[in-house]
Amino acid sequence: MANLMDIILSTSFGYAVLRVTTPILFATLGALISIKAGVVNISMEGTMLTAALTGVVISAVTGSGLAGLVAAVLAGMLLGLMLAYFALNLKTDIILAAIAINLMASGGTVFALYIISGDRGISSSLASIVLPKVQIPLIHQIPVVGAVLSNHNILTYVALLSVIVVYVLIYKTPLGLRIRAVGENAHAADSVGISVIKTQYIALIMSGAFAGFGGAFMSMGYVSWFSTNMTAGRGFIALAAEALGMGRPFGVLLTSLLFGTADALANALQAFRIPSEFVQMVPYVVTILGLVVYAKRRQSMAQKHKTEDRV
Amino acid sequence: MNKKILFETMRTLVAIGVALLLAFVIIFTVSEDPGYALQRFLLGPLSSLRNFGNVLEMAIPLVFTGLAISVMFTAKQFNLGAEGGFFFGAVGATALALTFDLPPVIMPIVAILCGGIAGGMGNAIPALLKSKLDASELVSSLMMNYILFWLGIFIINNYFRDAQAGAMASHRLPEQVKLIRVLEGTRLHFGIFIALLMVILVYLFLYRSRWGYALRMVGLNIRFAEYSGINTKSVVLYSQIIGGMIAGMGGAVELLGMYTRFTWFQLPGYGWDGIIVAIMARNNPLLIPVFAFFLGYLRIGADLMARVTDVPSEVVAIIQGIMIMLVTAERLLAGWRHRMIVKEKMQNQPMDEGGVQNG
Repeated sequence: MANLMDIILSTSFGYAVLRVTTPILFATLGALISIKAGVVNISMEGTMLTAALTGVVISAVTGSGLAGLVAAVLAGMLLGLMLAYFALNLKTDIILAAIAINLMASGGTVFALYIISGDRGISSSLASIVLPKVQIPLIHQIPVVGAVLSNHNILTYVALLSVIVVYVLIYKTPLGLRIRAVGENAHAADSVGISVIKTQYIALIMSGAFAGFGGAFMSMGYVSWFSTNMTAGRGFIALAAEALGMGRPFGVLLTSLLFGTADALANALQAFRIPSEFVQMVPYVVTILGLVVYAKRRQSMAQKHKTEDRV
Repeated sequence: MNKKILFETMRTLVAIGVALLLAFVIIFTVSEDPGYALQRFLLGPLSSLRNFGNVLEMAIPLVFTGLAISVMFTAKQFNLGAEGGFFFGAVGATALALTFDLPPVIMPIVAILCGGIAGGMGNAIPALLKSKLDASELVSSLMMNYILFWLGIFIINNYFRDAQAGAMASHRLPEQVKLIRVLEGTRLHFGIFIALLMVILVYLFLYRSRWGYALRMVGLNIRFAEYSGINTKSVVLYSQIIGGMIAGMGGAVELLGMYTRFTWFQLPGYGWDGIIVAIMARNNPLLIPVFAFFLGYLRIGADLMARVTDVPSEVVAIIQGIMIMLVTAERLLAGWRHRMIVKEKMQNQPMDEGGVQNG
């Protein structure tokens, strides 16, 4: 067990935590924006998967990592738009529409990959590009901190900066105010002249864009290929991270890091004699525990409000 | 009421039509020989008894997961744990079959019930969290899918694994636990009768029992149900546990009917397919077998097509997605329905109220 502590306290573990947190953080921010506007987007899983494939294909075709990234984000936005059209215009139940997107993505990506490259399940014949790693000047030289924080994939930094961007967007801009107003009470927002549908469209498209970034990171940073169902539930974990972070940008940063740590721990524990099945379970068990903690907090808060009301 | 059924039927047909049309377009675009591919896709399942048997075999697990989802969705519980429940049910049946030695006939029954209990236990956790803490069953059931998967793999790997078998697999299931074949020349097994029995039982439960009534009321309006004295917390709990049990029984039936050992080392996906079936059937248990058959037909058709042509079978995934989207799209054909209602009113009005004709 002493060995285990050594691993957890090592800089490479800290580095791994940030690395595996990146896709979860992107998806969680996406979930956050949609939920803030009162529309739950549970299609993050399928959207990330589609974006991951798009990034690999476009970067292989154009030879440009940037083009791959842009295409992945656009693919994410397109799926967000599609979800919005079905949910807001055609009045499909948004949960079912999102399930449809997830189902389509998990088979559709395999289909598209085969049609495009002839590969079955893994994009081995596509020479896709990996997005560059970035050394942060100054910080890179600091001993421990540098090893943890520097030399990450550029999208890891984009994810961290996105936390601030989302915070500013939601709490400091007119659009953010509209999004919150629509999410809090759509009728009230409507009565003061805010277009509810337009705002929710924007929120869903933005949430798709974040899922697009997450997908691009999966196939062009985390690994350098696309494989069947490579997102492995991260889009669903994001929903839990959003709930646990209580819908606050910095809260979800912490909870995403928590899930990232569980994920990294699962990888690290594989070296020990703990049956690997249980290690694999860790992120999912943590998610359920997180839900319990969140629900208990909310319940006790509701209780408090009730007693206050009575006084 | 009839009008509603007509309208829903039209919408389902339009959804299926649009989805198939899209599939044809895709096949025509990607295939070198689209005519042959289409023929295999649409008529392949009917081309031999064996192929048709495959469709029926495929429909059996879809009936179980479709029923499981429809019970939960009828209560408006968005529990997506049928996937894990199905898998864990098969693990439960394997565990029983390899541990106890029971006489024929009794053994498969006990094994299927054991699978049902395993699946029900899996769903009990999201159900308890929802009913006690009001925690989202959607997220927790998704997480349970992965937890049950790894727990199942652990159980098989550590207690029932056959070291002699090359790949990861359990020991051979004893002969007396397997479900008998019912149609010469196919692998169609007794599970099809169990599935149909479940359809009737679930129908009776939902529409002819006190619990089922409470369950439907909660689905229609949980606050009204609460107000009229229904114990909504217990409905939330038992609807999901029953759903998990049906899914688990499905896993057990699939294993005992189709396999000689437990060999699943990934989630089989029937839980998600069950969502498609339940949505197409509007959660009506009596329609579940129809759409399970339909989906099975599409799957086998696509497989047969992929085997001899250059179109991968995953094309079905796209068809399914479009079908769900359109079937659940409330606004689809709403204009048509509106015109129909208006037209009828216009015709009836003069007689009803003595109003002005064509006013």
